[in-house]
Order: sequence, then structure tokens, then C-alpha cells
Amino acid sequence: MDFLTNLINQDPGRLLAFLVGIIAFAAFNAAFLVWMERKVAGHIQRRIGPKEVGPFGLLQTVVDGIKLMTKQILIPDNIDPILFRIAPPMLLIPAVMSFAVIPFSETLVAREINTGLLLIFALASINAMGVLLGGWGSNNKYAVISAARAVSQNVAYEIPMLITVITMIMVTHTMNLNEIVRQQDGILSWYIFRWNANPLMLVSFLIFFICSLAETNRAPFDMGEAESELIAGYHTEYAGMGFGLFFMGEYANIVIGCALTVVLFLGGWQSPFGLTPDGVHWFLLKLYFLIFVVIWIRWVYPRTTIYGLLNLSWKILIPISLFNLILTGAMLKLWPLIVS
Amino acid sequence: MSVLAQSDSKETFVLNLGPQHPATHGVLRVKLEMDGEYIRHAEPVLGYIHRMHEKMGENRTWAQFMPNTGRMDYLSAMAYNHGYVLAVERAAGIEVPERAEYIRAITVELNRISSHLVWFGAFVLDLGGFTPLLYAFDDREEILDLLQAITGSRLTYCYFRFGGVYNDIDDDFITGTKEFIKRLRERMPMYHNLVTKNIILIKRLRDIGFVDAEMCRKYGATGPVLRGAGVKYDVRKAEPYSSYPEFDFDIPTYPEGDSMARYMVRMDEMEQSMRIIEQALDKLPDGPVIAAKVPKIIKPEKGDYYANVEAARGSFGVRVVSDGTNKPYRLKLRSPSYSNLSVYSEAAKGMLLADALALMGSLDLVIPCIDR
Repeated sequence: MDFLTNLINQDPGRLLAFLVGIIAFAAFNAAFLVWMERKVAGHIQRRIGPKEVGPFGLLQTVVDGIKLMTKQILIPDNIDPILFRIAPPMLLIPAVMSFAVIPFSETLVAREINTGLLLIFALASINAMGVLLGGWGSNNKYAVISAARAVSQNVAYEIPMLITVITMIMVTHTMNLNEIVRQQDGILSWYIFRWNANPLMLVSFLIFFICSLAETNRAPFDMGEAESELIAGYHTEYAGMGFGLFFMGEYANIVIGCALTVVLFLGGWQSPFGLTPDGVHWFLLKLYFLIFVVIWIRWVYPRTTIYGLLNLSWKILIPISLFNLILTGAMLKLWPLIVS
Repeated sequence: MSVLAQSDSKETFVLNLGPQHPATHGVLRVKLEMDGEYIRHAEPVLGYIHRMHEKMGENRTWAQFMPNTGRMDYLSAMAYNHGYVLAVERAAGIEVPERAEYIRAITVELNRISSHLVWFGAFVLDLGGFTPLLYAFDDREEILDLLQAITGSRLTYCYFRFGGVYNDIDDDFITGTKEFIKRLRERMPMYHNLVTKNIILIKRLRDIGFVDAEMCRKYGATGPVLRGAGVKYDVRKAEPYSSYPEFDFDIPTYPEGDSMARYMVRMDEMEQSMRIIEQALDKLPDGPVIAAKVPKIIKPEKGDYYANVEAARGSFGVRVVSDGTNKPYRLKLRSPSYSNLSVYSEAAKGMLLADALALMGSLDLVIPCIDR
């Protein structure tokens, strides 16, 4: 037993354990979230969703996964053979890598590094590249339109998201995700309620959450794969596991987006009232609640249009987040004066 | 917001929308000349599901053609049966008993509601909202159950006969219909609260997809498309037929001419149809449901006859030319979807792809009706 604990705590062993753990977590989530999405959708639509395979239909996505894996990977003529093949992993790999710095609990983090926040955003911007290459490489007009849409959407939403993150960094003084969570002990010190750091913290939270929806191409901002306009968008030409990887990447991105929201605003692994022990269960509870909200939004809202989406970003979110940035700066200087 | 493309780029590409595409709800193909996401020119290409109904009619007896009419617009089959029956009754001079006329009005209006419910769900589906479709189908299911009980069929009814209907309605149907109307009246506010007032839906429909009265006149668009352009024209009022003059109902019109106007027209029409059904059920006279003296073999006098009914998508016209034999000499079917689609090329010019597909959904096309 000691040997095992040592192995997990020492570097090569720890790395290996987390490598396996993170990949397992990402794959498990892809399967579980598809099931959750279908169940939630079912109940919103007065159906019961999957129920035949396994208890509560839990194994349905496993069966679907097997189906996807055994399907022939159709590769159309006249595609760019390299871009077409590297696009799906390019969407999935950065998302899975981002898990390395997400603090599931005080100790349950693969690498506590001081620039964790920066790393996540650096990896997240590779996403757009994967979508662009997939759309460009598959020699399909719908896919090209979709790729162009997805990229302009990503550019438009990364700006307010990053400005909001900058305001957060101004308040937290650190980019270390563990440190950010440690600062939020108890529900009143969660950053979403820290009105003394910035009176508009709730607005920051909303901007960040809306942007993370748009970044992950989720409804109502699913411009990239608007099925009634672009059939399946950038993954129209992908069959079998090519499509499966895109799908897993999408869900991994949702998990990352929601995990980051939990870490930045909702106190990560910290328990809200201090009565129950802190730990990974609080993190997962908050995480899956946010994911539930994301799924909920998808099934009750129609899709916006691409210009409506860009208008929302450039005309509403960016001005608000810039104002927010200035306000935070002013508060940081003024608050100590008011208190003293 | 004006969405007219003012780009002077010369580089365009052709996007082949269909014949297999989720937004066309069938095998319609639209050739789009695109400049980025803006549509320079849209050209509907028809014929993928053409079955030559008109020619088929010339090779069958008058009665044998009846089932064909229901297979044109499968969502409002009852109204199409009605149009054909009306034309042949005019040709052969058959009187229809009053009770049968009332039953016809009730079933046609029920069918209109079910057709509009399918449109409602499918239209919001086009806009990316999946959930309303299943709620609308839930309501539609009740109508199909009711109609199945009296006609024996759920989609292509063929319930009307020359001179009446083939089966009387029973008390179960009457109470069931009344219960259904009560239920739908309770659900309509829910639809309006959850869908009509949704900010994204309003932004996508209001001031987008203009079809004005002049355009409708040019291409012969009728039904909700015309009423959404502010023209108060409804065949049920303009050329009254069957028992419609005896009912008190309004023609909902919206002058804006955008996608939202057409949406609202259809939503209001469902309420008007419910009013008609209620009045018809209250005033339902006793008597036979089919004329006593309908000849076994119909041989109308030589001549040219026309009947026009208000189907769910607009004015459905049937022109029959009889040469005095047991088969029509010529049969011409005027389908509303065909004329409504004709405005598309002009209306979609300069629009964004997403808006153009919302416009297509708001025209409520049924492809087998276009191709006949």
C-alpha cells in the first residue's frame, strides 16, 4: 500500500496515474454526458429518454460508442488527406490536456502550476484550429461555411472572456487555479458574491458563462453545426470514430468550460458553509450542476444567427466587460480607502 | 435590421441545398448562388417527387381519383379531398345534406389545426429549437386519434364522398373534440409564453423575410403567406362554400409581411378554427350524412368546372373538364405550396443563409403538394 501511495505521489508515477485518470475521466464524461443530455432532453420534452440498454439506459452510450468504433471510416474523394485526419484529434487533445491543471480538490490535481489559467486559454484556442481544419479539409461547402462561422465566433467570444479573466486575475493576484480556489473559503467569499472586489461580479460570471457556451459551440450559439442550415457543419463528412472524436472533444470542452467557471467563481472544491468537509465531491456537484444548466439551455432555446451572435459579443459583451475591467481597477484602489 | 448584402465581391459559389437537406422537409432542391453567407440568387428546382397526379386523374374514374388528392398535401388531406369533392359535386349537380356539410367543416378545421401544429413544431425546429416539436405532436396526436375514430385513417383520410361523407360522427367524437378544444385552448398560452415571446425567436423572425402583397399578387401566393402580408383574403369568406357562411369567424391578418407575421397568422388561425368547430358542433343538424340519390357511376355533363377551397397552406383549386364519360377529360390541380414557393426566389435575394431558411420554413411548404 505504501508503495502505491509513494508511486502516486512521486513524479513519474504521479504523472502516469493522472495521465490514465484524466483520459479515463474525459472518456467517461463523453459517454456519461451524452446519456445525461439525452435524459435531460427527454424529460424536458415529456419523454423518458434512453431506458433499454442497462439500468436507466446508462449503457446506451457505450453501445453507441461500440457502433461508432466498428463503423467504416468513410473518406470522401478530393479531401485534404492530412488536414482531414488531424482535425478530430486536434479538437480532443487540447481539451484533455487542459484537465492537467484543473484542481478537482486540494490534492487531486495533476500539475499545480502558477500559470494554469494561461495554459488553459492557450490550449482552448487550439480548438478553433481543429474546427477550421476539419471544415476546410473535408471539401464540403457546408463544412467550409461552418468552419468560417466557428472561427469568427471563437474570435469574437474570446475577447470578452479574456477581459473578464483579466478582471479576475486583478482580483485574485494569481493565475494558479489552486490558489484561486483556496481564496474562496465559504460561500460569501466565492468570487461570484465578492461584491467588494467588484460590484458587478455577477455580471462577470454571466459574461464568462455565456462566452464559455459560445466557445464550446453550444446552443443557442451552435452556429458551427446548425443542423437545419449546415446539415452537420464542420463534421458533415466525418463518419465513425472521426465523428466520435469530434463529439468527445465537444463534451470535453464543455467540462473544461464548466470546470473553469466553478474554479473561478463558485469556489471549486470548497464547501459552501463549512459544515461538510471540502473535497472533490463539492467540485463535481457544482460541475455537473453547471453542465446540467448548459444542457437545459440547449433544449429550451432556438438558435441565434451568426450576426446576432457577433452583435451580442461586439456590441454588448465587450463594452460591458471593458467597463467591468475599469470598475474593478477603480474598486481595487478605492476599497481600501473606504474601509480605512 | 436590414440584411441586404451590399458586397461587391465577384466571387460567388453555388450551394446545392437539397434535395436531401434537413431544412427543406422533403425532396426540394434549391440552387443557391452564394456570396459568403449572403444569397445572391435562389432557384428552387422541382420534380424530385413528381407523381403525375393530374395525368393519373385522366385515366381513372371520378371516384377512383379521390385517394390521390389526399396524397398531395398529406398534412391537410381533408381539405384537398374537400376541394376535389366540391368540384365533382358542382359538375354532377349533387346536393349535399346539411349535416354532411357541417361534418366536413369540423373535420377540415380539425385537420387544419393538426397541420398548423406540425408546421409550428417543424418551423421552430428549423430555427434550432427542438422541444416545441414534441409538444406540438402531443396535441396533434389527439386530433389524429379523433379523426382515426371516424375516418379509419390518420393521415390520408379519403373520408368524403360525392354527396356527403361516408360515416356519421358519434357522441364520442363530439365529446372528444370538445375536450380537445378545451385542452388546446389551455395549451395555446403556453406556446405563446414559451415560444412566441422568446427573445431569440423574435429577433430571428421580426423584420426579416419580407413577402409583401405585391409579391404575393405577382406569384399567386395565398393563405397565411398572403394574410401575413396584410391582405384579408380567405377563400372561406371570399367565395363561401360548404357550411362556412353559417359560422362566425375572423380572418387574422398582419400587415408587416415578415416571417413573424406569417407565424402569428397561423397561430391565430388555430384559434379561429377552434371557434368554427365549436359553432359547428353546437349547431350540428340531424339528418343523413350522404345524399340519397348519388348515381353509382358519375358522368357529369360536358363542361368545365372549378372549385376552390381554403386548405391549410392557401387556396387549393380543382378544375375538372368533363366530356360526359366516366373519366375526367382534364384535371388541373392548383396547389398553394407551389405558388407560395414561387415567391422564394425574389424574397430570399440578399438574405443570409440562416434567415433564408427561416423564410422557407415560414412559407410552410409541403413538397409532394408542390410536385403533385
